[in-house]
Amino acid sequence: MKKYNQMRAMLAIARASFRSTTRSPSAVVFTLAFPLIFILVFGFIGNNGGAHVHVAVDNTSDTLNAIYKILDNNPAVNLYADSDSEIYKELKKGDLDAIVHIEKKDSGYVVKVATSDIAVQNGQLFKGIIKQIVSELNLRAMPNIALPFSMEDQPVIHGREYKTIDFILPGQLGFSLLSTGVFGTAFVFLSLRQTLVIKRFFATPIKRPYIVLGEAMSRIVFGLIGAAFILTLGHFAFGFTMIHGIVTFLTMMLLCAIGLIIFMGFGFVVSGLAKNESAVPPIANLITLPQFLLSGTFFSITNFPNWLQPFCRVLPLTFLNDAMRKVSFEGAGFIDIWKDLGALGIWGIIVYALATKLFRWE
Amino acid sequence: MVGSKEIIKVQNLIKQYGAFTAVNGISFNVYEGEIFGLLGPNGAGKTTTLEIIETLREKSGGEVWVDGKSVDDDKNEIKKIIGVQLQAAGYYPSLNLTELLSLFSGLYNVDIDKMKTLKSVGLEDKVKAKFKELSGGQKQRFSIATTLINNPKIVFLDEPTTGLDPQARRNLWDLIRGIRDNGTTVVITTHYMDEAEQLCDRVGIMEAGKIMQLNTPDALIDELLATGFTKQKDVKGANLEDVFINLTGHEWRDE
Repeated sequence: MKKYNQMRAMLAIARASFRSTTRSPSAVVFTLAFPLIFILVFGFIGNNGGAHVHVAVDNTSDTLNAIYKILDNNPAVNLYADSDSEIYKELKKGDLDAIVHIEKKDSGYVVKVATSDIAVQNGQLFKGIIKQIVSELNLRAMPNIALPFSMEDQPVIHGREYKTIDFILPGQLGFSLLSTGVFGTAFVFLSLRQTLVIKRFFATPIKRPYIVLGEAMSRIVFGLIGAAFILTLGHFAFGFTMIHGIVTFLTMMLLCAIGLIIFMGFGFVVSGLAKNESAVPPIANLITLPQFLLSGTFFSITNFPNWLQPFCRVLPLTFLNDAMRKVSFEGAGFIDIWKDLGALGIWGIIVYALATKLFRWE
Repeated sequence: MVGSKEIIKVQNLIKQYGAFTAVNGISFNVYEGEIFGLLGPNGAGKTTTLEIIETLREKSGGEVWVDGKSVDDDKNEIKKIIGVQLQAAGYYPSLNLTELLSLFSGLYNVDIDKMKTLKSVGLEDKVKAKFKELSGGQKQRFSIATTLINNPKIVFLDEPTTGLDPQARRNLWDLIRGIRDNGTTVVITTHYMDEAEQLCDRVGIMEAGKIMQLNTPDALIDELLATGFTKQKDVKGANLEDVFINLTGHEWRDE
């Protein structure tokens, strides 16, 4: 007699469960429709420009001169004095409109203004302000001689536009994974118990852990297909930034898989706690809704009151969202997001410890 | 067909749920190649007994061997040689029959001819039908088909005909007899006495967790008659069910 192969049995369950899932309207709606609707809505909302010009002062700049003082007093200019090397990244993202560098020379002062092609208007506006100050000071200082102050344009830095979609899409993707993980897993295991499918499995030679693995595998594949769809559509239809192309895409997918596995742990917990199907939504919502609102899905966490922010920052979805944004827009690799991954890992350990305690077979 | 080899041995089996004793020290053997019936009213402990033999439930006491293997040590070996039909469904409702057969062929690690399997239970027209779209009788027939996938030595059928119309019941009986005639031992529970009389080679009658009587249906009837028992009503040569079957035919009805 051939040796019984648990893997073959597990894959048979995974395949059957996947087919069953794709025929469940609620699974499709949660995984694809909801996130897509939000992405559509936010995808069409453009960026709104600021009323002020945000300018960083290069840290090697001279700040004791007249130009700096006038600039500092200009209400239309938000001047950020203690800056570091990050300012050039921020200029690229459009968080800054310009970087100013005032250099002291023997003959006087040279103002260098760096702008990016994202904030063209604000950049021009700032240059205009500088030109005005320069010519005024020139006239005042040396009315008769060659002008000691002059302005030099720095080459325009080509930056990346941080679009609304770049913020919204990772958040929606994260939330989609959360609902697929929690609701999907909870309902599936509950209905497997109720329809006795799981009992019928027990009557075959497959071992119990392989039943769970097979079911989990199908949820993961389903969730990842949804994620790939959202990422692809976001990229081609709404210009979602995946900075290193396919590498970023694959990193995102791996991140999605990690997130999904952790969220499925919550699903196991819910299916263990819920006595019947109607008990699933309240418990599952208790887990998903706070994260939906507080994990930076729609707005940055910095918009919440200070007392709430520490709570927001420890939610698993926050870590996933942050990590996904860093990967997609800033091109971070797994080493760069080790803190987020570590935090997710701790959540995973807590949740699965709880799930193994609460999980019920019958 | 019935051999003398004991394929199932149950000795002093006890199952307790808290203070409630569902199965109270029963002993019986099932012989290779017979249809063995466990009869009794609801709650008599039939299903519990069956599920312990099927290794789906832990026992509280006693010993059970299936084909020489103890249910304590050899659960997985036993599962490989038995086929189990549960009282209620047990299949993904939205999968079609071909997909479900693929699933079970994977679960049992055997390659099967799906069409042949469906034909053996008269469901060859339902290849693409979803499980939830089948009628009660069709569901039971499909369920029996999945119990045969691994070519088991024993199949367990838990109230397979409950809720079926007379035609579907009769067709299921034919199917079950066919399984026995192929050399497979059948253990069946029912609370229909006519079914047991028609179908079973031997029956055990359970009540409140105990086996009250165990013998062939004929012997049990003779024993009763020997006590001087007579039926109150004169029995006619036919009954209402015979009238019904005569009028409505014997064909498989696929409503």
